[in-house]
Amino acid sequence: MKEDITAAKQGVRAVADAFRRAGAEGRTAFITYLTMGYPARDAALELVPALEAGGADIIELGVPFSDPVADGPAIQRASYQALQAGMTPALCLEQVAQLRQAGIQAPLLLMGYYNPIYHYGPQEYVRDCRRAGADGLIVPDLPLEEADGLVEACRREALAMVFLVAPTTGMDRLQEIAQRSTGFLYLVSRLGTTGADAGFDAGELRRRLELVRRLSPVPVAVGFGVSTAEQARALAGLADGVIVGSAVVERAMQGPAALREFAAGLRAALRK
Amino acid sequence: MLKLEIERLPDARGYFGPYGGRFVPETLITPLQELEEAYCQAKEDAAFWEEYRGLLRDYVGRPTPVTFAARLTDACGGAQIWLKREDLAHTGAHKINNALGQALLAKRMGKTRLIAETGAGQHGVAVATAAALLGLGCTIYMGCEDMRRQGPNVLRMRLLGAEVRPVDAGSQTLKDAINEALRDWAFTVRHSHYLLGSALGPHPYPMMVRDFQRVIGEEARAQMLAQAGRLPDTLIACVGGGSNAIGLFHAFLEDPVEMVGVEAGGMDIAGGRHAARFADPLRGRVGILHGVKTYVLQDAQGQILNTHSISAGLDYPAVGPEHALLHDVGRVRYTHVSDREALGAFRALARLEGILPALESAHALAEAMRLAAERPAEHIILVNLSGRGDKDLDTVTQALQEERGA
Repeated sequence: MKEDITAAKQGVRAVADAFRRAGAEGRTAFITYLTMGYPARDAALELVPALEAGGADIIELGVPFSDPVADGPAIQRASYQALQAGMTPALCLEQVAQLRQAGIQAPLLLMGYYNPIYHYGPQEYVRDCRRAGADGLIVPDLPLEEADGLVEACRREALAMVFLVAPTTGMDRLQEIAQRSTGFLYLVSRLGTTGADAGFDAGELRRRLELVRRLSPVPVAVGFGVSTAEQARALAGLADGVIVGSAVVERAMQGPAALREFAAGLRAALRK
Repeated sequence: MLKLEIERLPDARGYFGPYGGRFVPETLITPLQELEEAYCQAKEDAAFWEEYRGLLRDYVGRPTPVTFAARLTDACGGAQIWLKREDLAHTGAHKINNALGQALLAKRMGKTRLIAETGAGQHGVAVATAAALLGLGCTIYMGCEDMRRQGPNVLRMRLLGAEVRPVDAGSQTLKDAINEALRDWAFTVRHSHYLLGSALGPHPYPMMVRDFQRVIGEEARAQMLAQAGRLPDTLIACVGGGSNAIGLFHAFLEDPVEMVGVEAGGMDIAGGRHAARFADPLRGRVGILHGVKTYVLQDAQGQILNTHSISAGLDYPAVGPEHALLHDVGRVRYTHVSDREALGAFRALARLEGILPALESAHALAEAMRLAAERPAEHIILVNLSGRGDKDLDTVTQALQEERGA
């Protein structure tokens, strides 16, 4: 895993490599999520290595926002506590840099709402993400129509700009989003917000995944409502990647060893 | 920018100049496009407007009157103060104009349930009323703090058959109620309509809410010509999200009429305990909240700030995008009135005119009283009395007791 070629890559290429490597090993890529600054301001410095050790192929790092409308209770609570603990976008970038210095290899994608990015300055934000060692961005409240500036900035810095498609997204729009998304395409499994309290309809999701994978030039990862190894197993082979977020955040309090074990179970479930 | 151009906004992408747009999770994009399409079709459909106007006339009791406030005018000793009486609309505020319009649209789209947020409870009551009238399900999100201070409206909504869901996140006020309403909609979008109550949020809401509230200004313009023999010199309205203000202002945009929007000055501007987006350059900056780019009260990191106002309906960190543009081009002057001044205006109107205004509307009144004292007797000020104050009796009683104690 630590051959030099991989270590030197950053951004879109690093994300692509992560999917390729998982595929070559006969696995669906395991993508996970943490809210930075939760349960303590510097928690990511311990929890990200645990997730990597547990076998996460890609790690999304949540940059907390005061009004996370796309998120369910678990991530809302974590975001609130992280802000109370003094987390800021600049501090998130600083911690990403520290994680890289500590030898973290997995692609790191910063997931956060648009207002703090707008406030930071989109160009500056993307530049500083690249400098810190992040590989891309996911901005859940920035639809394609409003994203030109950020897409262009990511293209210049060779970072991934991951877009989401939802169950409500029609065919034409889906194709357009798939063309613009870099790194991978984030398929939202069901209506609603993030969170483990509502599952997904496996039959409907299977049909949707077949269609979206046919249309998408980049790998397709599915998320929202995937919280158990059983659910992950049902999706292995159907998607290029499976994203587990809220269920990881809910366990963040239990510390790195528990998180590592939870991640290892999910990774094992994703063997095709 | 030419006046005519402002009147034609928003553009096809939902922008009023640099403000507006549609910043929401992908799940809601297609539903918003469908809503926009349905609204544009309904707008061209004479039968839709006939039904809507029929309800406004026979159910809401429109047109609402314009009243000359003779004793208040005397007390201020200057310009004439006239009131557009939205407090006399059914359910006691202008909110019903928009609620009925959108509820009719929702029904036309085949939706069976309405979701709404409410701050003061006036919008929640209006939506619960529209849902009862049209046979639709209804869920209202309301911050716990607002449920406490607007108790009568909570009871009213429940009696009308609505489910009121308390929101205990954040400051437990309007902002948090909108977050929850948006989350609900993401789950239930196939059969539910989100009936947003102010001229804000993602496109097409700012346009649609304005169009449904435009009746206020259309009526007022004709009434002033009939009753005073001329147009007013100054229009004054309070601005939370800004629906009653844009409803009054829009029909006058091309007239030589001064317009004043009044934000909630709260307890103090410098300390940040207010909801005056235009008055606090340190905190009120352009940003994105609840799907729209506009002036938002935020901290140095772009986190949205908690606001304070004695009036729950004005206690919100963002302003409607059309107001943001009208502010920048200078067509409307925005000012602010403190909690204490609003209370003073509340008491003055009660004693001098026999009208209990909503605390929101009392902000507009306070500015009218201030301005009237500076202007000559032939000057006409028209205030939008956007709602009645029965819901505020607890808050006002308590505040007056504290004032006496202090």
